[in-house]
Amino acid sequence: MDISALSVKGRIFDIQRFSTHDGPGIRTIVFLKGCPLRCRWCCNPESQHYEFEEMLQNGKTKLIGKDVTVAEVMEEVLRDRPYYRRSGGGVTLSGGETLAQPDFAEALLSVSKAAGISTAIESTGFASKEVLSRLLPYIDCFLMDIKHINSEKHKEFTTQPNERILENAKFIAQNAHKLIIRVPVIPTFNDTEEEIGQIAEFASHLVGVNEIHLLPYHNMGKDKYTGLNRPYLMGDLKSPSNEHMERLAKRAESYGLKVFIGG
Amino acid sequence: MPYTFTGDIQKSPRIQLLIDQLFEEMPEIEPERVVLLTESYMATEDQPIIIRRAKAFAHILEHLPITIRPHELVVGAATKKPRSCQLFPEYSYEWVEAEFDTLATRSADPFYISEETKAILKKLFPYWKGKTTSELATAHMSPEAIAAIDHNIFTPGNYFYNGIGHVTVDYGKVLRIGYKGIIAEAKAAKEKLSVADPDFASRNEFLDAVIISCEAVINFANRYAEFAKTKAATESNPVRRDELLQIAANCSRVPQYGAESFYEACQSFWFIQMLLQIESSGHSISPGRFDQYMYPYYEKDINSGKITREFAQELVDCIWVKLNDFTKVRDLASAEGFAGYSLFQNLIAGGQDIYGNDATNDLSFHCINATLHVLLPQPSFSVRVWNGTPHEFLLRAGEVTRTGVGLPAYYNDEVIIPALQNRGLTLEDARDYNIIGCVEPQKSGKTDGWHDAAFFNMCRPLEMVFSNGVDKGVQIGPRTGDVNDMKTFDEFYDAYKAQMIHFIELMVNADNAIDLAHASRCPLPFQSSMVEDCIGRGKSLQEGGAVYNFTGPQGFGIANMADAMTAVKTLVFDKKLFTLAEFKEALENNYGKDMDSKLAEKLTRLAVEKLVADGKSITEDDVKAVYLAISENRCSPEQKAKYQKLLDEIEKLPKFGNDIPEIDSFARDVAYTYTRPLEKYKNPRGGIYQAGLYPVSANVPLGAQTGATPDGRLANTPVADGVSPAAGRDLKGPTAAANSVSKLDHFIASNGTLFNMKFHPSALAGRSGLESFVALIRGYFDQKGSHMQFNVVSRETLRDAQKNPEKYKSLVVRVAGYSALFTTLSRSLQDDIINRTEQGGF
Repeated sequence: MDISALSVKGRIFDIQRFSTHDGPGIRTIVFLKGCPLRCRWCCNPESQHYEFEEMLQNGKTKLIGKDVTVAEVMEEVLRDRPYYRRSGGGVTLSGGETLAQPDFAEALLSVSKAAGISTAIESTGFASKEVLSRLLPYIDCFLMDIKHINSEKHKEFTTQPNERILENAKFIAQNAHKLIIRVPVIPTFNDTEEEIGQIAEFASHLVGVNEIHLLPYHNMGKDKYTGLNRPYLMGDLKSPSNEHMERLAKRAESYGLKVFIGG
Repeated sequence: MPYTFTGDIQKSPRIQLLIDQLFEEMPEIEPERVVLLTESYMATEDQPIIIRRAKAFAHILEHLPITIRPHELVVGAATKKPRSCQLFPEYSYEWVEAEFDTLATRSADPFYISEETKAILKKLFPYWKGKTTSELATAHMSPEAIAAIDHNIFTPGNYFYNGIGHVTVDYGKVLRIGYKGIIAEAKAAKEKLSVADPDFASRNEFLDAVIISCEAVINFANRYAEFAKTKAATESNPVRRDELLQIAANCSRVPQYGAESFYEACQSFWFIQMLLQIESSGHSISPGRFDQYMYPYYEKDINSGKITREFAQELVDCIWVKLNDFTKVRDLASAEGFAGYSLFQNLIAGGQDIYGNDATNDLSFHCINATLHVLLPQPSFSVRVWNGTPHEFLLRAGEVTRTGVGLPAYYNDEVIIPALQNRGLTLEDARDYNIIGCVEPQKSGKTDGWHDAAFFNMCRPLEMVFSNGVDKGVQIGPRTGDVNDMKTFDEFYDAYKAQMIHFIELMVNADNAIDLAHASRCPLPFQSSMVEDCIGRGKSLQEGGAVYNFTGPQGFGIANMADAMTAVKTLVFDKKLFTLAEFKEALENNYGKDMDSKLAEKLTRLAVEKLVADGKSITEDDVKAVYLAISENRCSPEQKAKYQKLLDEIEKLPKFGNDIPEIDSFARDVAYTYTRPLEKYKNPRGGIYQAGLYPVSANVPLGAQTGATPDGRLANTPVADGVSPAAGRDLKGPTAAANSVSKLDHFIASNGTLFNMKFHPSALAGRSGLESFVALIRGYFDQKGSHMQFNVVSRETLRDAQKNPEKYKSLVVRVAGYSALFTTLSRSLQDDIINRTEQGGF
């Protein structure tokens, strides 16, 4: 790492400390702004646009987005070092899409590693192999979404086809220290046993992957859509029931994977 | 021996019966102790006080009714009814009589009192006029100290009205050698005296008093043995009959002799614990390291197959229930400050032995199980944590925490041991510390710590800076100058320090006066017989017989003062947005906020006092007119707007509790304004003062007597609790708050610090929730925090949080795949979480 990494700038919209479900242990999550996908169920819609924007929250208008240097982010991240050490935690880059700000992500991850802090990212995997190659050496735990095996349906619900994502999943599996597959389970989109089964089957063939997380849909982002003056396309969709999640988990397990419901 | 199990042990059905029995009736005030005490005092007026105390104790134990409750395995009760209490008129009694008719109906800790009891007490109380510790303490106090108390700068009320308590005697010694052994020690000490010694009389009398007291205890246990035998003779159920015979056998051996079995040790323990609380009225008589001194008996019986683990658990559970059988009636104001019938009997598990090895054993886990089995407030269960504490032990403790019972509290060996060494304890004694009452560390069997000596409200001296030492028209503090003339922040801060030192000195005066009164009027020979080196020195604990003597008064309001100093420094001296005069005006008018009747009354009193001082004569109607004028339309809209602008600027400032290094180091310095001056004072027992930083629950009632403060806190609202950030001001989550609090110097506050954290049960759900919880404690302790306790909140609290979000800004809840601050969530999501809690599942 060279010292200039500290002054690399990036655009984030939040830093959340004491996060306990985004990688192992107690973690600080840095949320990067901007994402190439537009998932209909996205619970952080303010993360999607790279541009700054205003969101109404609890009656107050809040400016979403902040340009920061790696040094500034690290100041916050380092504060919880005692808790990372005791819990096996560290820093998690989330979004938005981390891979969409490769220079910032590389600098932040490499500086974290140099400081002895364990790293994770939550990502769609939607990026060039060149970007992935640059970042993978600095990522201890790669949490990657696979949302659907059928590319058309993927495109319909996320605005992007899935070929590149599935390709990248294989590449990441071969080159990452640890890869965990995560599936948002969305009624009307991918919540049948067959669809989850296809994803699990795909995951089971990835080198070194033995863990899959099924994340049940929730409508917690709904108010944010109102706050951003955007339509919420999921309507009054209900979260999948515990029983249904158990059924899906069982199906996924049949491919020899360790399955967790929730993060 | 290290521990051999970590899990639960089936709760015996007996335990629930015992618990249910506790709550069948309303607690009652029983008169026997007053009657017996008064009889004895009347008969011994010509004798030395220490002998009178011993004889009174013996007289009480000779005639106190013997009570064995159904299903009990461990016996001994101070009252016929469960959770009832006796009275202690030798400390104070006037309030009892004054509150006769409201005791049963008040909201905080009501007690039934029969007309018959009232009549008895009314007849006997007059005897005590002029004979109490509180009356003598008042006579010893300087008028300035009395004024400072009247003006609510600090309150030493606890020891003023009551016994001291706050002690952990050498339980292990009694378990080993029994009171017979202690009598032998006292007799041997008497042998060594020469009648020509200058202090022969006092030493000899003290040793006689010890012997009288210990013999009284042996006779008392024998009364239990006889009673159990008689009961067994008429018992038709053969199982219970055998139990009663076993109880009789136990009581005929202990506490007279050393215990030979775990069961005997349990019975012996209970007699010690109970009798300490019959001799004197102090609370926080703390069992301390139960898992250590009981362990040899447990180990022997388990290894020999004499008892099963299940039976050992049942006995420990019985003791846990028993610790809730004791209560104490307090005056109305104190009852509100210590609400919950609590006696703060702190019992601690885990930690290190005197050599620095981990001391966690099977009994430590039995203690956790007992706490889970009874889910009652007593004992105040605590655990010691150090780098070598087994992970499994903390995970299991976390399971208790997540029940929401508020137990255990967690203590950090890595801070407390060096902090105690810094106060003169040997390394071995420091390693063997336990906790008294709330958070106060000491070495058992060697210490008279006076741990709860007073509550000192750190906000009030700041009010005195703005008023130039005047409160309610009286000059109670030094004249530190008109704030309008203060040119620099240092001048202002120095004025605060001067006010602090002035009132700290007065508090020391008040505490020493009370200390002296206890030594003269209520020395405690029984308690002293179990604390080193009372027998050696021939002196009671109250006269300085202990090896280690301290006085520990608590300061509270650090977070408010840190934020207040930041506000004054930034807004007045750095940015020059407001003047001190403007601040003063805003504070006097409570920032223009609607005031409650209390503040209106205060302002009315100020106005009326001024009128009287000006020589005007005032009628009742005039006072009413002033009150109306004040409470209705005090501030013009312009004034209100001006004050709001100030509040808005204060709101924008960084606050303590958010992991901001500059603010946190300021808070550290503010804490020093209390902790450092205190170190240089001495008490009459030959010990030193040491500060604590915690308010028990006094931050609420004492906050109600505190005007608005420059941190934006409104008049009469609670002051920040313990060393915790002010309510609702820590917005960056638990790790940030913990980091801020860890920056305070916990070593110098060696009488204890208290850090409260609130979690929703979901944050501790599952194995991973517990793991994060334990890591949070470890992380805070790595940074040298001293104590941590957790409020795991219920849905009622969550509902209240919806209604009053400003009070719950730092409440953490588990949402779905993540945890978040509750009040930042949308209403619908909050509802969702509340509903989920009601289903009880996550």
